[in-house]
This record gives sequence, structure tokens and C-alpha cells, in this order.
Amino acid sequence: MGVSDRYDRGRRLFLEDPVRAVLVVIAVVLVLDLVRQLAVGQTQISEFGVMLKDGLMRGLFFGLAGIGLSMTYSILNFANFSHGDFITSGSFAGMVVTYVIAGGFGAEADIGSLALVGADGSVYGAQLGIGVATTPLAVVAGAVVAGVATVLLALFIDRLVYRPIRDRSGIALLITSIGVAFALRYLIQFVFGPSRRGVTDSGAVPSIGIPAVDGVVSVNLHEVSLLVVSVLLMLGLHLLLQRTRLGKAMRAMADNEDLARITGIPTERVVRFTWIIGASLAGVAGYMFVLWNGTLHWFQGWILLLPIFAAVILGGIGSVYGAIVGGLVIGLTMSVSIVWIPSGLARAAAFLLMIVVLLVRPEGIFAGRSTA
Amino acid sequence: MSDTEVDEAAVTTNVPEDVEADVDEPETNDSTVERDAKHVPNAIPLKVRGLRKEFGGIVAAADVNLSVEEGSLTGLIGPNGAGKSTTFNCITGVHEPTAGQIHFQGEDITGLSPNEVAERGLVRTFQIARELEEMSVLENMMLAPTGQRGESLWRSVLPVARESVKQQEAAVLERCWEMLEFFEIDHLAHEYAGNLSGGQRKLLELARALLTEPSVLLLDEPFAGVNPSLESRLLDHINELQESGYTFLIVEHDMDLIMENCEHVIVMHQGTVLTEGTPEEVRTNEAVIEAYLGGEVDG
Amino acid sequence: MSDDEGGASEPAGLAAVWDNDATKLVALVGGILALYVGAGTLLDYGVRQQLNSIGLLVFYIAVFAMLALALNLHWGYTGLFNIGVIGFMAIGIYVTAVLSKSATVTEPAAGSIGGFGLPLWLGIIGGVVAAAVFGVLVALPALRLRADYFAIVTVGISEIVRFTLLESSFQQMQLFGYFVGLGGGSGLILDFDITDSLLDAVGVAEPYAGLTESLGATLGLGGNPKPVFDSLYYGVLLLVFLVLFYLLLRRVGNSPFGRVLKAIREDEEATKSLGKDTNRFKIKSFTIGCALMGLAGILFYAEQGAITPNAFRPRITFFVWIALIIGGAGSNTGSVMGGAVFAAFLFRGPLFLKNVIQESFDIGAVSTFGQAVSPLISGLNPVPMLAYAIDNLAQLQLVIMGLTLIYLMHNRPEGLLGHRQEPAACIPLTGLSRSDTATAPATETDGGVASKGGDGDE
Ligand SMILES: Nc1ncnc2c1ncn2[C@@H]1O[C@H](COP(=O)(O)OP(=O)(O)OP(=O)(O)O)[C@@H](O)[C@H]1O
Ligand SMILES: [Mg+2]
Repeated sequence: MGVSDRYDRGRRLFLEDPVRAVLVVIAVVLVLDLVRQLAVGQTQISEFGVMLKDGLMRGLFFGLAGIGLSMTYSILNFANFSHGDFITSGSFAGMVVTYVIAGGFGAEADIGSLALVGADGSVYGAQLGIGVATTPLAVVAGAVVAGVATVLLALFIDRLVYRPIRDRSGIALLITSIGVAFALRYLIQFVFGPSRRGVTDSGAVPSIGIPAVDGVVSVNLHEVSLLVVSVLLMLGLHLLLQRTRLGKAMRAMADNEDLARITGIPTERVVRFTWIIGASLAGVAGYMFVLWNGTLHWFQGWILLLPIFAAVILGGIGSVYGAIVGGLVIGLTMSVSIVWIPSGLARAAAFLLMIVVLLVRPEGIFAGRSTA
Repeated sequence: MSDTEVDEAAVTTNVPEDVEADVDEPETNDSTVERDAKHVPNAIPLKVRGLRKEFGGIVAAADVNLSVEEGSLTGLIGPNGAGKSTTFNCITGVHEPTAGQIHFQGEDITGLSPNEVAERGLVRTFQIARELEEMSVLENMMLAPTGQRGESLWRSVLPVARESVKQQEAAVLERCWEMLEFFEIDHLAHEYAGNLSGGQRKLLELARALLTEPSVLLLDEPFAGVNPSLESRLLDHINELQESGYTFLIVEHDMDLIMENCEHVIVMHQGTVLTEGTPEEVRTNEAVIEAYLGGEVDG
Repeated sequence: MSDDEGGASEPAGLAAVWDNDATKLVALVGGILALYVGAGTLLDYGVRQQLNSIGLLVFYIAVFAMLALALNLHWGYTGLFNIGVIGFMAIGIYVTAVLSKSATVTEPAAGSIGGFGLPLWLGIIGGVVAAAVFGVLVALPALRLRADYFAIVTVGISEIVRFTLLESSFQQMQLFGYFVGLGGGSGLILDFDITDSLLDAVGVAEPYAGLTESLGATLGLGGNPKPVFDSLYYGVLLLVFLVLFYLLLRRVGNSPFGRVLKAIREDEEATKSLGKDTNRFKIKSFTIGCALMGLAGILFYAEQGAITPNAFRPRITFFVWIALIIGGAGSNTGSVMGGAVFAAFLFRGPLFLKNVIQESFDIGAVSTFGQAVSPLISGLNPVPMLAYAIDNLAQLQLVIMGLTLIYLMHNRPEGLLGHRQEPAACIPLTGLSRSDTATAPATETDGGVASKGGDGDE
């Protein structure tokens, strides 16, 4: 009786939720195939190690940048399509400062070219020797400015664009944010030009090789920096949300705005801090990503926005830790998927994962709208 | 469509007298009614058994059992939060019950989607009126009638078929005007539904529900916010409809209204049916009095 | 054909003509064209330049109006928040291209990819059907999602389409003995021509060629006048398609079917509670809209000679949305107006202006923002900045569009052209009481059936 009962339940699950059941089967098959590929040597273990490392880097970025998106989504109740262009803006602002400092305030190149991050190929990052080891001051200043500038931009746009229509539907805000995204994106292109530029001196980044079974996985200083900065910021945010009154208020708002309003938490203040936290993380994350990646261009943020959405949805909108976990899952998916599919479709795989999550578990893996 | 017509015909031949005759007697022995149901499948069109609905940790309906008799005007009362609307939502497929069964016209309709339930002739109105804001009152009304040929995309588009759709549209329009006039909101026909007052919205919703020609209507506080003279007219109309075979289950907080108009009253409290019976029995039931005094005060 | 649906035809004379939506549309498009011709005349444009400019303008008006109409069916009527318009357009034109490019059965030279060599009309049908089928595939799982999730899914899908087109693995392959493929990053060359095939099909290719020669000579167009006439002729062809789109969608909208769509947009649950199988309606609406987007995509790109994946960025979706919001979502007439206004003033306008300025003044070139901004700061000399702005108008234009969208959402969410009423019924609903409608012709044939109880008639 018990056995047949259990069997029955298994069969019912399959019948009632065939999509989920098929997904489980696919996931199991993929994992088994990965093990096989590694065992047979079709994919080298060191190669796989590099994929994991790349995935981790991307994932940290997605998670960090996704926190802001997740917070605005839950507290302000709309999907902010301009978040990606906040990231681009922050990266450019930070790089302006890095270029100017690394270029000796005009000593090594025309100050105008430095301030435009070498628009039109006038200066390259490699020429200035930009890197954490070579120009530490310029990089630290750049990262800080990236965060600050993004915050100022976000507050400015909120004041001008979002606040006047705060009471409107999430959809109206979403459409408006698309307008903001395009205005920002093409303003950046207008000012900094359309070129994709190399911004670091990749030859000058110190790295160490970690031996893997059949090869070496090299890890460089920029990767370590991205890791350290991400972990520190995430820890800081954790303390802020858990220990301070403000953090608790934000968590309350994420759960239920009306409730928070009734219980007297000053919501505009909470909204402001939502932007401050979200935008600063996005700006710094964008800058660190550009440093790691070595290139910068005007539609960077847009390209990254969808995987960030994927991370946020996967983690459950409103959940900070969910965003981080979701970011790692999406980052690893993008990197590891090239074991099975052409690398050009890695991003498509991440989007597909996002769509699948929306379809089978729209509330995310960390169900519930809680900011903690 | 034709099904309902057949039902109505059958119903009108045998029900009215029964209703008149049974007003005082059937409630005490719910079980006999049910036994009868085995012989005459339509005598109990709506039957809810062991209904349970949880929202996260909240148990909105714990164990609801109720039957609605064919051609009756049954009242469903209970303090705020008793689970009346939740019961409606589960019956009509808006929510999926956590446990329990719902039978309609002898068929298990548990877990069907709202449109499937409505297609079977079980139609409801919402406690908070759900008017279609950016459509005119007339458009709201014209949406409702069932069996509209023009709801097929091709018939709406293809030249010859569209002519037949137009003819039906004229008939539908005529019926809608009639209904609007009856509900005294015909002067608002071209107004956006979103611009109506709260009471007008309730009227619109009730009128719209009637246009679907259901056999059983679940009305969630249909008179809240409706002015007294119109309320009595509506009640007259409901009685009229009842006599022609419609069945009503009405949630209402106005005790007098329930006592005067319903032949059977079901009382819910904390997610279960506390008691049921004739208005007289319910009024004098101590558990009911306690539930109402213990709960929030009601008019 | 649709005069009977234009509303009550009671008021006589000019007012009635003006009340007709079709009149308004013709007037708007005519006005826009007149404006451009006028501006061209002031600028001493030659005939060839005028005709070219008009051909281009008509082309963009038509495609954006068609796209806005299709999107209006999704968003304006059914509340389906589709921001993946470009993906369906891409599928339409790519499938048409693969089906109708000339066939290659031997291994082709590098860089040239063949197709199946089907007649163009079959290819177009194939493209439209493919877009529709893809729409169904998206719709089946995604329609139950919240609007914002639906938006994210659709934009994600449009990007997946682009990545797939970009992918080198699908660049070329052998299918049923044909060498076909998606062309990867370098795209596909379209070796067919809608205008010529249509002329051939009707059998007037020869007379047309003769006509272009003689007309070209009369108008003084100079050598090779055919492209000029081709673009005009294609513009007219697109206008015909636009009229068909409009008539179709009006019929869809002004019907019980459209009524259910509108109801779904307003409150899906309430609609379900009235016994409407909303999923079926949503799938139908989404599919038709996707098919029309596919067709619009085909018409958009078929005459461009070549297609590359990166032309299919979300930017175009954004354009269509602005067009729809200008016109006012929910109205077919508004969608056409929005498409026309967008094409004329936001899309073509700035480029027209750029040409005018660059041809009239010699302001020199300024290559970076830095060179433009420093004279402005140091010497309050705005000329270099203006020059830079005009040179980079393509980017500035998108900034302006973004700001326009923000402005509209703040101030005119119901559209620049006002909240228009299009009755969601096959017959006019304008009567003020029941007796008014009773005079409608259709009622007379059917009046007896209409009243159920009969208590209405004394
Ligand atoms: N969607 C929901 N999510 C969570 N809780 C719910 C939901 N709907 C109802 N409840 C809870 O279920 C309980 C019963 O609610 P219900 O609306 O059924 O009461 P009711 O009897 O209709 O009350 P009233 O007379 O005030 O309309 C309440 O405690 C309510 O908070
Ligand atoms: Mg209730």
C-alpha cells in the first residue's frame, strides 16, 4: 500500500507538472554528461576550472549589481530597465577618474582625451598602464567615484523622473524606465563615442597559476580584487540590513509597503536609501567588472541587464541573498554551458534558464518577498 | 446555451410550488434533502463538501459543508473574516481549494478554472465590484452574454460571417439596454465603468452577471452601497428570477434583509459552517448570537 | 468597406466626413508629406531628391504604423506586454530569406549562402507562418505570467533570436540537399526583389520599365530613374498593406472578439468569471499580432538588399512602443497616427534636419565631444558643439526619443492624440437609449428575438 502510494504520488507529480519533471530529468542528464566528459577527458579538468572561475567572476558581478535591481523591484515595485545603464554610467564615471589620475592629470596624454576615456582611440588603458598593481590609487579612486556618481545619477533621475509618478502602476514605471535607459545609453554614446575600448594594461596584471589535475588555472589580481570587493560589499550590506533600524525598515518595505507606511516608517527616506544602496553597488560592481573584463563600451550595461534580471528573478525578487545566489547560478550557467553549446549561445542559455525559472517557479528559488 | 434553456424549462414546471410549500420545513434535515438528490439529480445543484483553503499559514476556510437547493434564495452570513468570500472563490475556481469537493449539477467541478465554472451556469459577483474600468458601461454589459458568435475571431473578421455577427450584436445590444433600464443605469451607458460610483458598480456587476443567464448565482454582498429603494426593486427582481427557476446564494451583512427574503440561511464562523436553518431558527440559535457578539458588531 | 463601422453616420456634410477616422488618417499622412515637400521646395531640392525623400518617408510611416497596429493588438487590446517585437520581425524576414533565396545545391563559395529557391510569395507566407508559430510557442507557457515578467520573457526571447542568428554554427548547413543557413554575423544577402517579382507576376514589368524611363526623362531625374520609382512604388505597396492591416485590426477590435480582449486587458479574472476562456483569446491575439509583426518585418527588410543580425536589436521594439504610446494604446486609428508622427518627426525628422543643415552650412567636422565642449566652456562658442551634435544626431535622436517617452508617461499616458473611443462592438453603440438603437437597421430584422422577457414592450 505504502509503496504503491508513493509510486502513485511520483506519477502524479509527473502528470501534474510535466514541465518541472522534464526539467529535472534534463538537469540530471546534463550533470551526468559533464561527469562523463571530465572522466573521458573530452573536457579537461583545468578547462572546466577556468569556466568555473569565469562563472564565479560573472556571478559575483551579477549578484552585486542585481541587489540594487532586486531592491528597487520590491520596494518601488517596478522592473527598472534603466538599471543596466546606471551600471554603464558608473563604469564610465569611474574610468574617467582612473584615466585622469593614471594619465598624470594630462601629463601623459591630452587631458580632454583622458576625460573622455580615450574617445576615438586617442588613449588606451594599456598606454597608461592601468591596473590594480600598477596604478592602485587611480583604480581605488575610480571605484569610489563609480559608486558615488551612480548614486548621484540615480537620485537625480528618481527626483526628476520616478518620484512624480511614484503612485502609478509598476507597468507605467517600467515603460518610463525604458525611456530613461535609452536616453542615458545614447547620451553616453554621444559623449564618449561609439568605440569599444581596452581600458587596462592586461599584460601588467600579476597572476598566479593554480595547478589543476591536467593543467593550470591562472588567477590574476583583478579577479582577486573583484572577489574581495564583492564579498566585502555583500558583508557590509548584510550588516546594514540586519543590524540597523534603516535596514529593518527597508526589509519591512520590501514585504509590504502599505504596512510600512501605516507603521510610520518614513518611506521617502527608505526609498532614497534604496537608490543609494542599489546604485552604489551597481556602480562599483560595473567598474570592477570592466576592470576584470578589460573593455568598456556604451551598451555594456544593457548587455548585462538581462542576465542580471535573470539572477534577480532566479533568486526571488526582493531577496538580497537570493540575488547573490541567483547571480552565481546565472554566471556559472553562462560559463559552463559552453561544454554543451557553442559559446555564442552562452548568453542565450542564461536567458533560457531565466525564462524557465519564470515559468516553473516565478517566485524564485528563495520564495517570498523578503529583503533578507 | 441550449442546456440552460432545457434546465429552465424543466425547472419552471416543478419548482415554484415546491419552494412555496417547503419554506418552513426542509432545513432541519439536510440529509433528507441529500437523499432526495440521489433520485432527482438537480434538486441540489450546488454542494460543497469538506472545503478547506489555506493561504500560507492562514486557514481561511477550515471545513465548509453546504448545499444549495434548486430554486432557493439561500443566505450566507457570518462575521467579517468568517471565510464567506473565500468559499465563493473556491466554488467558482478563483482559488484552488486545499482540500474538499465541489459538485455542481451532479458534476465534480473542484479545481476547474473560473470560466469553466461559469460556462456551466454557475456565475458569481465579487464583493468589491470588478468593473472593466476603461470600457463603457454598455461594453461591459455586452461582454457578458454567452454564445456570442462574434467571439470567434474568423466570424468577426470574414465578410459574410460578420453580417450574422452584426445581427446577433443588435439583439445583444437590445438585451443590454433592457437590463440597463431595469437597473436604472441606462443614462450611464456610455460612461466609462471606472467613473461609476461604488453603488453603480455593484449594479453593473449584478446586471452583467444576469446577462450570462446562469442557473445559479453567487452574489457577494450585492446590496452594499445600493440605495434602499433600488435595493427593494432589486430584491423584487431577484424574487421574480427565483420564481422562474434561478437559484441564488447571497452573502449579506444586513440581517433584516436576509431574514425577510431568504428561506434558508447558512451561518459561517471561523472557516466553518456554524449552523443553518430557517431565518427563525438561525435568529434564535445561541451559537450564532455568540459568534456575532464575539466577533465584530454588525447592523 | 468599413464606412459602416466608422460610428454613427448621422451628422451630415463636412463634419461627418471629418469625423470619419479614415479621413483623419489620410489628412495626417497627407499633411506630413506636404510638410516635407514644402520644406524640400524651400531648400531647392531637385525632383529626384524630393521623390527619394518622399519614398523613404512613406516607407517608414507605413512600417511603423503597421508595427504599432500589431503591438496595439497585444498591448492596447489584450494587455500583453510584449517588448520583443523585433524578435518576431527577425523571424519573419529570416525565414522568408531562407525559403526564397535562390537555391544552391553544390557547395557554395565562402560567404555566399543559398536558400530553398521558393517563389517569393511562398517565402513571405512561410515567414508570416513562422512568426505566428513562434508566437504560439512563446504564448503557450508565458501567457499566465504577470505583465512585467511577460515583458522580461519577450525581450529575452528577442535577444535569444538575435544570438541564434549570430551564431556561427548555424551560419551554413546542408538541409535536404540544399546549402542554406542563417549567415552568422555577416548576415544574408537578399537576392530577391518584392517590387520586381510583383510586377513580373502581374506581367507589367516591361511597361513599368518603359514608364520609368519616360517619366524619368519628363521629370528630369537624370540617369537610372528606376530606383526612384521603385521606392515610390514600394511605398505605395506598403500603404496598401497598411490599409489592410488597419481594416483587419479594426474588424478584430470592433467585434465581440475584441470586446473580450479589451476585457482581459482590464481584468482577466473578472472576464473569466463571465465564462470567457481567456487563455484561448490571449493565444489567438498574441499569435495574430506576432504574424503581423513577422509580416511587417518582412516588408521592412525585404527591399534592403541584405540583413544582419545586429539590425535586430531591441532598439526597434523601443521605436514601436514610442509610436504606440504617442498614438495612444488601445486605439487602432491612434496607432496609425502614432506610427506616422513617430516616423515623420522623431525618426526621419532629425535626419532630414541634419541633411538640410549640413548641406546649407559649412560648419566643419568636430570628431570628439571634447573638441566640441572646450570651446563652449572657454570661449562660449557653441558652434563646435552644434556641429558635433548635428554630426552625431543619430545618437542624440535616441536621447530625444527616450525623453519623449518619459514626457509622455508623465503627462500624456493616454497618448498625445488623446483618448480615443473605438466601440468594442460590430455595430455602433452611440444611441442614447434603447429606442435609439431600435432604429438601427439590423435590429429590425431581429427585434423580436432580442427582448427575452417581453415585459419591456407594453
Ligand atoms: N488571498 C488571501 N491571502 C491571504 N489571506 C486571505 C486571502 N483571502 C482571504 N484571506 C483571509 O481569509 C480569511 C477569510 O476571508 P474572507 O474574505 O473569506 O472573509 P469574509 O467572510 O468574506 O469576510 P467579509 O465579511 O469581511 O467579506 C480572512 O482572515 C482573510 O484575511
Ligand atoms: Mg467577503
